[in-house]
Amino acid sequence: MLNSHKYIAFETILIKEVRRFMRIWVQTLVPPAITIGLYFLIFGNLIGNRIGSMSGFSYMDFIVPGLIMMAVIQNAYANVVSSFFSQKFQRSIEELLVSPVPNYIILAGFVAGGVVRGLAVGVIVVLMSFVFTDLTIHHWGITIFVVLMTAVVFSLAGFLNALFANSFDDISIIPTFVLTPLIYLGGVFYSVDLLPESGRMVSAVNPLFYMVNTFRYGILGASDANIYTSLLMLVVFVFVLGAACLMLLRRGTGLRH
Amino acid sequence: MSSAISISNLQKTYANGHQALRGVDLEVQERDFFALLGPNGAGKSTIIGIISTLVRPSAGNVAVYGRDVATHVYETKLEFGVVPQEVNFNPFEKVADIVMTQAGYYGLPRGLARERTEKYLRKLGLWDKRDVRSRTLSGGMKRRLMIARALIHEPRLLILDEPTAGVDIELRRSMWEFLQEINNNGTTIILTTHYLEEAEHLCRNIAIIDQGRIIENCSMKSLLNKLDSQTLVCDLRHEMSSEDFARHALPGFRFVDSHTLEVDLGRDHDVNEVFALLNQADIHVKGMRSKSNRLEQLFLSRLKNSTV
Repeated sequence: MLNSHKYIAFETILIKEVRRFMRIWVQTLVPPAITIGLYFLIFGNLIGNRIGSMSGFSYMDFIVPGLIMMAVIQNAYANVVSSFFSQKFQRSIEELLVSPVPNYIILAGFVAGGVVRGLAVGVIVVLMSFVFTDLTIHHWGITIFVVLMTAVVFSLAGFLNALFANSFDDISIIPTFVLTPLIYLGGVFYSVDLLPESGRMVSAVNPLFYMVNTFRYGILGASDANIYTSLLMLVVFVFVLGAACLMLLRRGTGLRH
Repeated sequence: MSSAISISNLQKTYANGHQALRGVDLEVQERDFFALLGPNGAGKSTIIGIISTLVRPSAGNVAVYGRDVATHVYETKLEFGVVPQEVNFNPFEKVADIVMTQAGYYGLPRGLARERTEKYLRKLGLWDKRDVRSRTLSGGMKRRLMIARALIHEPRLLILDEPTAGVDIELRRSMWEFLQEINNNGTTIILTTHYLEEAEHLCRNIAIIDQGRIIENCSMKSLLNKLDSQTLVCDLRHEMSSEDFARHALPGFRFVDSHTLEVDLGRDHDVNEVFALLNQADIHVKGMRSKSNRLEQLFLSRLKNSTV
């Protein structure tokens, strides 16, 4: 397949993915905006005023980066897992599988779709945060790199989940029982300084803790985690998950009999 | 003329142990209109699945225009289009978007994709429906949409897995005309169908598969020539009692009811002989037809022999 054809195929998958989540914007864009808006209002505004400062910042300022990351992670993952599994379920994925599109273009197209939705919801959350606080960016490069790579990591994870999923239950188990606890325990709402030693040790093995804190560093300039470890971890995750997805696609796991 | 498809010793055993194909050898020539017939579960869809790479073979090879589908994935996929048995497009997408998306998967630039989408949707009578969600289409329209989608990259080989299932007679006829037209223009067509009349009407060559093995593979003409006898049904102009029929003692005839007789016509006998006997007995026939489709008789007898 010529490179120009590969680009057209990639663009086609991406446009299809974006069209899909825009078509059902009431299900994909509005709910996270409402949920995060409530977090800002209740935790950041009402309770946050009584909490005082956290790591030297107002509680509202402290939770904004975490809430942006939470929205990006959940939406990047949800977009890929639900879109790819639905196509498997409807068998419309066969349109793609019988075509000459290489596996890495298929993966890149779906991941790009997940990244676009993750970032779209992230932008909505940023815009909402302006109602409650003045958001200033401490380090643009790190902020953009971390949010982008995190969206890629969770899009890849969603793709992996969709490959193995055989039912709609299978695509809700990981977000409910793995992703949500990891996000909430990853320091979105608190600093690890508040935790006992055992709690800090648990946080140290939670990859979400590093992602949230590095993003917080990009925005506020303060982090509970080592920035370089976090950046390296993101790169490693992208390569490992990407390689796993490509290997499974080549084997035809969950797609070809 | 070269082979469009060449299948050798194709075997498939599914994870549950079901042996769907037990060593299939098949050759389909370029520009042919080829029928692959068989009862449910015979292995037809598995063969199509392997050609289209949705099913992985346990053993054997499939070559499309001389290239192995397992090793020349991208080149071979450009050569064929597949119309699956079951509807497999997103029901929430618009008709034109489904075809345009497929064009994108084949790397067609947007302008060309739009041009071809219009061309095939018009040819298949779906242009007026281009902006409606595909779930609102009728069964026949959905089938035609899958044909338009499969043709968007203008493949040299079109594989259709029961394309007219659930399509009404009028639409079926128009689809036959369309398929004949693209075959006449050079596209090789492989068709699986349950409508044996369809295969007899459209196809030049035929293979019958049963229990994962090819049990017959020849031209349609030579297969029909193998027919030992056919049953003709005679619709009588005047009422006739069973006593009258017995009195005439017509050899080979059977009394069905007061307006119908049946006669078995052997391969070596002519219809003229039937008329001669009827004339002799002064029995007037207003119409005559074959009791069942000729291919259907052969198909059933081959399956019976294969099972025995």
